[in-house]
This record gives sequence, C-alpha cells and structure tokens, in this order.
Amino acid sequence: MDFTLSSDQAMIKDSVDRFVADNYEQRQRAELVASQDGFSREHWAQFASLGWLGIAFPEERGGFGGSPVETMIIAEAFGRGLVLEPFVPSVVLGGTALAYGGTSKAHHDLLEAMIGGEKLLTFAYAEERSRYDYGLIETQARADGDDLVVTGKKLAVPFAAAADTYVVTVRTSGGKRDPDGVTVLLVDRDMAGVTRTDYRTVDDRRASTVTFDGVRVPKANVLGETGKGLPLVERIIDAGIGAVAAEAVGNTSVLLRRTVEYLKTRKQFGVPIGSFQALQHRAVDMLIATELARSITFYGTMALADDSSAAERMKALSATKVQIARSGRVVGESAIQLHGGIGMSEEYVIGHYFKRISMIELEFGDSDFHLGRYVALGKQLAGAHSNGEARGAAHASPAEAVARA
Amino acid sequence: MDLAYSPEEHAFREEVRSFIRAELPPEIHAKMAAAVELSKDDYVAWQHKLNKRGWLAPNWPVKYGGTGWTVVQKHIFDEEMALGGAPRQMPFGVSMVAPVIIEFGNDEQRGYYLPRILNSDDWWCQGYSEPEAGSDLASLKTRAERDGDHYVINGQKTWITLAQFANMIFVLARTDPSAKRQEGISFILVDMTTPGVTVRPIVTIDGGKEINEVIFENVRVPVSCRVGNENEGWTYAKFLLEHERNGTAGVAGSFQLLERLRTVAREHRFDGKTMLDDETFTKRMAAVEIELTALSYAQMRSLAAESSGKRPGPESSFIKITGTEIQQAITTLMMEASAYDALDPADHNALWYFNMRKTSIYAGSNEIQRNIIAKRILGL
Repeated sequence: MDFTLSSDQAMIKDSVDRFVADNYEQRQRAELVASQDGFSREHWAQFASLGWLGIAFPEERGGFGGSPVETMIIAEAFGRGLVLEPFVPSVVLGGTALAYGGTSKAHHDLLEAMIGGEKLLTFAYAEERSRYDYGLIETQARADGDDLVVTGKKLAVPFAAAADTYVVTVRTSGGKRDPDGVTVLLVDRDMAGVTRTDYRTVDDRRASTVTFDGVRVPKANVLGETGKGLPLVERIIDAGIGAVAAEAVGNTSVLLRRTVEYLKTRKQFGVPIGSFQALQHRAVDMLIATELARSITFYGTMALADDSSAAERMKALSATKVQIARSGRVVGESAIQLHGGIGMSEEYVIGHYFKRISMIELEFGDSDFHLGRYVALGKQLAGAHSNGEARGAAHASPAEAVARA
Repeated sequence: MDLAYSPEEHAFREEVRSFIRAELPPEIHAKMAAAVELSKDDYVAWQHKLNKRGWLAPNWPVKYGGTGWTVVQKHIFDEEMALGGAPRQMPFGVSMVAPVIIEFGNDEQRGYYLPRILNSDDWWCQGYSEPEAGSDLASLKTRAERDGDHYVINGQKTWITLAQFANMIFVLARTDPSAKRQEGISFILVDMTTPGVTVRPIVTIDGGKEINEVIFENVRVPVSCRVGNENEGWTYAKFLLEHERNGTAGVAGSFQLLERLRTVAREHRFDGKTMLDDETFTKRMAAVEIELTALSYAQMRSLAAESSGKRPGPESSFIKITGTEIQQAITTLMMEASAYDALDPADHNALWYFNMRKTSIYAGSNEIQRNIIAKRILGL
C-alpha cells in the first residue's frame, strides 16, 4: 500500500489539471452548457489523443493497462473543474460493461472505438418503479429468432442524445426482481423503436428518458451471458460509484478552498467573518468531511481493484457511497451557508459545485439505499464466514440478499 | 499509488494474528470479551508478552527498541490487536512520555527510563490539567522552585488516568512565574514515592474510579529529572499532545467496541427478533462503522505523511475529533440497544455511554481541536 502518486500518475494528474485550467473558466463552461451536446466534442477528441479514455483498460483491449487509481485521479480532477464531458457514462460505465462483459470481436471493437473517441457509450438502468434498485427490472427482452425484442422505459440515462450505443439492463426471464433473468444488452441510439425525451439536468448535464418500443436487437449484442447479467450490472454500478466518489472529492476540495478564501476576505462588523468562531467551527467540519470523503474514496478504489470477492467489493463501494453522500451534504450545504446571499446566486460559482455534489448523492443510489445494501452484504458475508465458506464463494447472489433485507 | 495490501503485508497480518492467538492469556481474553475492567497485573502481563516479542513500542526508533515497521504495518498491528481482543496499549509511558524523552531528553534519561518502560518497571501517568487549567492549559499554577540541585514542587494536578497504578508522573510546572504564560514552564519527571505526593481518586458519573487528583506538597525532585531546557516545557508539552491525539482517536479500539455493540444488539430482542434484525438500528450501526472505516484510512494517510518526514501536526486534531465522536456514537447505540436493561448498573451499557462523554473533553476538548484546525490548517 502506497499513498504517493507514481511519476506516471503524477503526470496524468498534471495534464488533467492543465486541461481544466485552460478550458474550464466559468464563462467557457457556461458556453458548453448552452451548446448543442452540452459538452465539447473537441475536448473529447483531445481526451482520446491524450489517452485518458483508455487508461484504465487492459492493453489487449487498446487500453494502457492502468487501474481504478488512474480513473480516480482523472475523475477527481474533473470534479475540481466541474467538467461536463461524459467521462463517467462512456468510459467508466460503458467501458466497464464492455471490458467485463465483452465476448465477441464486435464487442472488443466497440470498446476500442470508445477508447479512440469514435464512439460514445452510456448506461441505462433506472426505471420508474425501481428507484435505485438495479436488480428490479421491468424492461422486457423477448427472444424472437436471432433477435431480442425490447420493450420498456429507462430514466435518467446520462447523455443519451450524444451517446451512440446504450448499455441497457433488461429482463429476459423471471419475475421483476429475480436475480436470474437479468441481461445486459447493447442497444444503438438509432435503432427503430428507440425514442427519447431529452432534458438539461439541474446540475447542467444532459439526460434522457428513453423508451424502447419493440426494439429488435440482435442476440449478438448481449454482454456476458443471457439471463446471468446481474453480477455485471453490479460491477458497472460499483465502477460508477468509485468514479463519482472521486469526482465528489474534487468538488469538496474546491468548495472548502473557496469557502475559506471567502471567510478571509468578506468583512462584516468591520472584521473578516472568518474571525468568528461559529463560522470557523463550521469550516472545520467541512475540512473533516472533505478528508473523510477522500479517505473512503481510496478505500473504495482499492476494493474495485480487488477481484477476489464481489460481495466484499460491493460492501466497500456501498460504504464509499454512504460516506460521500454524508460528506457532500456537510460540505455543500455549509459552503452555501457560509457564503450567505452570494451563495444563492446563479452567477456565482459555488452554487454550481453545490448542485453537482447534491446530484452525485443520488447517482447509483442514495445513502439510505446503500446503508441497506451494506447491512445485507454484511450479514451475508458474516453468514458465509461462520459457515466456513471461502470468502470468494459469498458472492453468488448479493442482490438476493439485498432484496430480502 | 497502490491502494492494495501487498503479499508481505498480508503475511505480516497473519503473523500478528497468530501471535495474539498463541500469547493472549485466556483469562484476559475472557475479561476483554465481557467488558470487565482489567487489573494492573493483566496489563503488565500482556506488556511483558509484547516486549518479549519486541512489539511493545512500535513507534520508537529502532535503536531504542522500536520495530522499524512501516505505517501500514503499524496500522495492521493496531487493527489485529483490537480485533483479536488484546488489551489496549497504555499510552502514558510508551507513546506519551517516551517520545518526549527520546526527542528532547539527554542520553542518561534515555538510557534509564526507556528500558524501564519496556520492562514495565515503571507505570507512568500524566500531570497536565489543574483545577483552574483545563482547556487553557497554559494557565497552570503548579510551581517548581529551584533549591540547589532540586526543584521543590507545590500544586495540584487533576483528571489523571490510572494514577493509582502509577509510580511515575510527568509534570508541567511553572519554573519562571514572571515569564509570559507559555514561557516559564518546565517538563519534569517525578517519582511518585517521593514524600509529599498524594493520590486521591475522583469517582466519575459512571461510578468508575480510573481518574485521580495528585497533590504535590514540597516535593523535592532532582534537577536532573527535568527533560530538556528549563522554561521550554511548553514546546515539549505540545509535541506530546500531538502524539497523544492520534492515540486518543481510538480508531482500532472502536472496531473492538463495534464488536461489543454487535453482541449487545444480538442479546436484545424485540417482538421475536434481535436488534441485529432491526432495519433502522442496523442502518445506524452501519453508518457509524462506515465513518470509522473512512477515519481509519484518514489516519493511515496522516501517518504515511508523518513517516515521510513530517511530524504529527494539526491534522491529528481532526482525527481526534472524529475518532472520539465515533466512540461516543457506538456507546450511545449500546445503551439504546439495551433498552430497560440499561437502568441496571450490572448491564454496564448506560455506564459505558456515561464514561465515553470524557473522550470529547480530554486531550484538548473537541472545540479546542476545532480552534487549532481553524487557525493552523485553514489559516482563519
């Protein structure tokens, strides 16, 4: 275990930081928010040429053989700059789906095309009646010859208007929460029967409600094994949690720094307001929350890199998400409060960080959902240990345990 | 950056685990599991085992008997000691006075006191607080007046943990009353068998008798028992407090406390099921456990920074704040899990809750820690 950046990692961090400094002034960002795609295709091409899109993938897939640590470094820097490009949807979610679920040359080619910047991906899992429960799937995929026919609706699909291909969770058999019967499927945006309602999110990103109405998808588009896709879904969700946790760490560090600067410069009653103990103590609580967020993100990132037990990994990522949610609340709300009226202003930058960190709290499951998942997995692991089973054998169906809890 | 444990670190964990399994006396293990107070003999017996293995003072430089472990090894060691139900490390000698003697003492002091700490010949206690000097420690009034080769100490120290077990006390005393508050204080090592030293127990709200006051009446101490320079004791005192804070966070001990909470929850039932099956209660337990996990990584990061040359600084303040809040949260849940059983002193769980109120007060109250962070980290 080693907490210092290697020279390669330090180089990545420097180059992402430089990109943010050069391209994410508040005015530049506002122009991107108002643009057609809600981000810059030029930036995306730049990311591809710098190698950032493939950094965490194995070399035989066109990547650079890095680890979740590199993803963490990039996502954190993006969080500091409130970067809009769909790094998490395309690289972390879509890329993880293909890297772990890809079985054919076509799948590998798609991953390479994503890494090369030619194709954008996104992930569609949430439904009207599922809240955060990725195992509760009512979108149906019925076999018909060489095709699966998909019918259903997915919510909050990030950057679906720009993404070429969607990684979609569907049910190929079983009841709506059966662990068996979950399938992960590639659906192209432009296939017949795919319709979208696009919107700008409250934190200035893009998302869509996507409806699938009898969409015919070749069976060759199944990632992993038909009906056995739940562990892959869990892997994708966990990778997403790791990345947004790092992004949140970037958010909190800026919120803290800017708030402390404000406390030192803003004067009331003839003195800097940072001289007031009530405000100092609240700022200290922001610092503590920021440090805990960073620490739990290291823990979650370590768990993502360890393939020995899915249940242990999921438990660690649930812990990560819970702490990120708690830290994000403390830091975000305090930043607004300590800025006073200016914190409420759309023109001022602090509110934009607050909005982003608040939405991260919801992505991939809020604190209550992940406390539940953490408890259920803890019981499952404790049971497995006391039955003398090997640690790795405990991951047969974590979602089942979650569903029971 | 590599966030996984290496094979060597896994092997080290196994080594610590089997040491505890082989060496921890069953009667001590049973007392720990039942949350029964340990006797001085219990502590000393375990210290002898650790010392024989060379593991009593991991933080010391190797030449004085330290282990030379990495930060990660120390973290693994603490974690396994807690999870294995070993007695907590008594900090007063090994991690409080010894680092001061090593850093600021002379060779003679190092040669005399350090081996005695390793052999458990001395039990140390801490003479810092006074009735009129709590969070404002620098207002202390205990006097040490020079009389030839001796200091003559007069004054009263209070809130002294386990002074009843101790034969040695390190004392902050004013050697120059005309100097400004922080100046004019010296750091003096006092043999408690010296005439004029009186120990009086203070019963705490949980009925416990672990803290004391110590009265000094014309206690004559050789000048050679002063550590470092006369009137520069405040610097050494602050150095010690920064070392103390990491310890008072009790991170590893809180993992042990969580195990105890699980036992309490399992033993209490509501409507046919135990509190371990109560959704709301288990989620509250999980929330504390998660924060503790985050803190244990924060502590490792802080220690890693320290091992790369920085001495423990103001960041140890935030670890103290969060660690003690977690200790309190766990004992709160223990009391709540017990329901009406908590009314009976024999149940102990309300008493634990009462007792743990001390943690956010001692070693510099959590409010003082927030002031330190505001000033020294945030620059406010």
